Amino acid sequence: MASIWEYANPLKFMRTTEAALPFIGWAAALCLGVGLVWGFFFTPDDFRQGSTVKIFYIHVPSAMMAINIWVMMLITSLIWIVRRHHVSALAARAAAPIGAVMTLIALFTGAVWGQPMWGTWWAWDPRLTSFLILFLFYLGYMALWAAIENDDTAADLTSILCLVGSVFALLSRYAVNFWNQGLHQGASLSLDKKENVADVFWYPALVSIAGFVLLFVALVIVRTNTEIRARRARALMARERLG
Amino acid sequence: MELQVDKLCVARGGLAVLRDVSFSVKPGQALVLRGPNGIGKTTLLRTLAGLQPALSGQVSLAFDDMAYAAHVDGIKTTLTVKENLLFWSHVFGTKTIDPAVEAFALADLLDKPAGLLSAGQKRRLGLARLMVTGRAVWILDEPTVSLDQTAVALFGRVIEGHLAGGGLAILATHIDLGLSNALSLELGAYRAVSSLQDDFDEAFL
Amino acid sequence: MIALLARDLRLAVRAGGGFGLGLSFFLIVIVLIPFGVGPETGLLGRIAPGVLWVAALLACLLSLDRMFALDFEDGSLDLLVTSPLPLEGIITVKAVAHWLTTGLPLVAAAPVFALLMNLPGHGYFALVLSLLIGTPALSVIGAFGAALTVGIKRGGLLLSLLVLPLYVPTLIFGAEVARRGAESQPYTSPLLLLAGISFAALALLPMASAAVLRVNLR
Repeated sequence: MASIWEYANPLKFMRTTEAALPFIGWAAALCLGVGLVWGFFFTPDDFRQGSTVKIFYIHVPSAMMAINIWVMMLITSLIWIVRRHHVSALAARAAAPIGAVMTLIALFTGAVWGQPMWGTWWAWDPRLTSFLILFLFYLGYMALWAAIENDDTAADLTSILCLVGSVFALLSRYAVNFWNQGLHQGASLSLDKKENVADVFWYPALVSIAGFVLLFVALVIVRTNTEIRARRARALMARERLG
Repeated sequence: MELQVDKLCVARGGLAVLRDVSFSVKPGQALVLRGPNGIGKTTLLRTLAGLQPALSGQVSLAFDDMAYAAHVDGIKTTLTVKENLLFWSHVFGTKTIDPAVEAFALADLLDKPAGLLSAGQKRRLGLARLMVTGRAVWILDEPTVSLDQTAVALFGRVIEGHLAGGGLAILATHIDLGLSNALSLELGAYRAVSSLQDDFDEAFL
Repeated sequence: MIALLARDLRLAVRAGGGFGLGLSFFLIVIVLIPFGVGPETGLLGRIAPGVLWVAALLACLLSLDRMFALDFEDGSLDLLVTSPLPLEGIITVKAVAHWLTTGLPLVAAAPVFALLMNLPGHGYFALVLSLLIGTPALSVIGAFGAALTVGIKRGGLLLSLLVLPLYVPTLIFGAEVARRGAESQPYTSPLLLLAGISFAALALLPMASAAVLRVNLR
């Protein structure tokens, strides 16, 4: 019986993912290349925002990833808590720095875009503020992983932190909305409301989002496998010491 | 009230250290664990006390019957001896601390802050807590550290008294306490040899 | 449980730093603010609700790392865990003790410090009320952070990094109540949200903290 939990075995996971990695990697490069080139050079300028609007092809996918990676960490943390699969915990650990970088990219491109549009690099707008808070959550999560020596203890503690943090992140999101109604436009991309953005902008954006997702998957595979190997080395050394 | 341990596996830091430990201790008996440093005596005792989960195996008595005493005594230095003991008696819901005070000859020290006690006196206070818990199974990890000859003898008598009252004791110690009804268990025989076991670090080997 | 609460309070009093430290820190922050932003009373009065809330929050943070670490080091945490008390109860009691020694004095002292900050006269009630309802949440959330970092040597900095983001919703609603009070606006809805956070944290977080503490004692 083939079951998805077979891949919870570290060796099986490594073997499968490393076979798939080149395909995912090249697909990511292709999608990113096509999406960004198409978006940057072959779409018309916005009639109000001019060519600054094109930073959208980095800003929106990275912002989506920043949130989705946290959700992915939440899911893998839950899997670790419920089913105790090491790969799951290590995948969460591997994803965190990527999520933090995506959050930074979203914040940075947002600032670059906001400067000509709103006349300011930074405003304490709910969305911007929420992303800054999300970034702090990523930092705390990574710091906790780094601070604890025992791997299983660290996995347990960070999983629970991720759970509690998710609740508080959501709470912060609403609290921040309450605190300040902002400048930021509403979500401009969603599957059911694509009339928000004209098709010419929509297709390259989709390709570029697919590219970001694939890039994340490729990076997470590489990083998870590195974690598995490091863990394996530590387990071997521990056994050596025990004799 | 017999304590039966069946095929207990315990782990430290993610690696199994002892495997298939089985023994039984009857009321009135003490069990002395023996083995070199690092064999896993403390890990086994902590597992029995319910402080860490066992990998597998069964223990016949609930954690509510165990009283645990470790290397450190859990003494608050700013509280007096009496306050320390009274606190634990409230927590464990026992009525009196007098037998414990008497057994460990603490009567003269009762109103002294615990911070002013010598190491040996602190140790006596820490062990007196065991009597205050009113629990049947004493789990003792190196209880005689920093006790002098007289105190060791005193402690031996306290354990004898506990056993005579139908209690049990499991100790890890290198010193002979002169217990009359003591079994001994050599842990070297149970040392875990690494083998593939799915749910632990061995998954990575 | 009551014995544990009594012991923790007694320890806090005997150790000296218990009540005084948080309060002095609160005072120092409040004194520093005018040096930073200037002595103009109108400005100080306007920022007073927020500044008082941030200062109270930082003062709460100060003594968090001792909540479990002291008991962990001298072994009494092990003994408490093996005692008949449920671990969730132990954590709640610890958080309550922390609130009684840190949060409550801050609430009581807040009007005096508000005076230093030129808070408008009608803002006092809302400020004290918001602190009274909000600071328990700070202690309970802090207990979670303290439980996470209990095994880590010098975990104080990490504790702040973990706990401060979790404080954001409480701070927002608490400061909002105080600000609306100072501006004579109705503040029922943020007050209810603040109370909601406090009660939810008090009801749910001790379970997470207990799970975390069990992992750390393993």
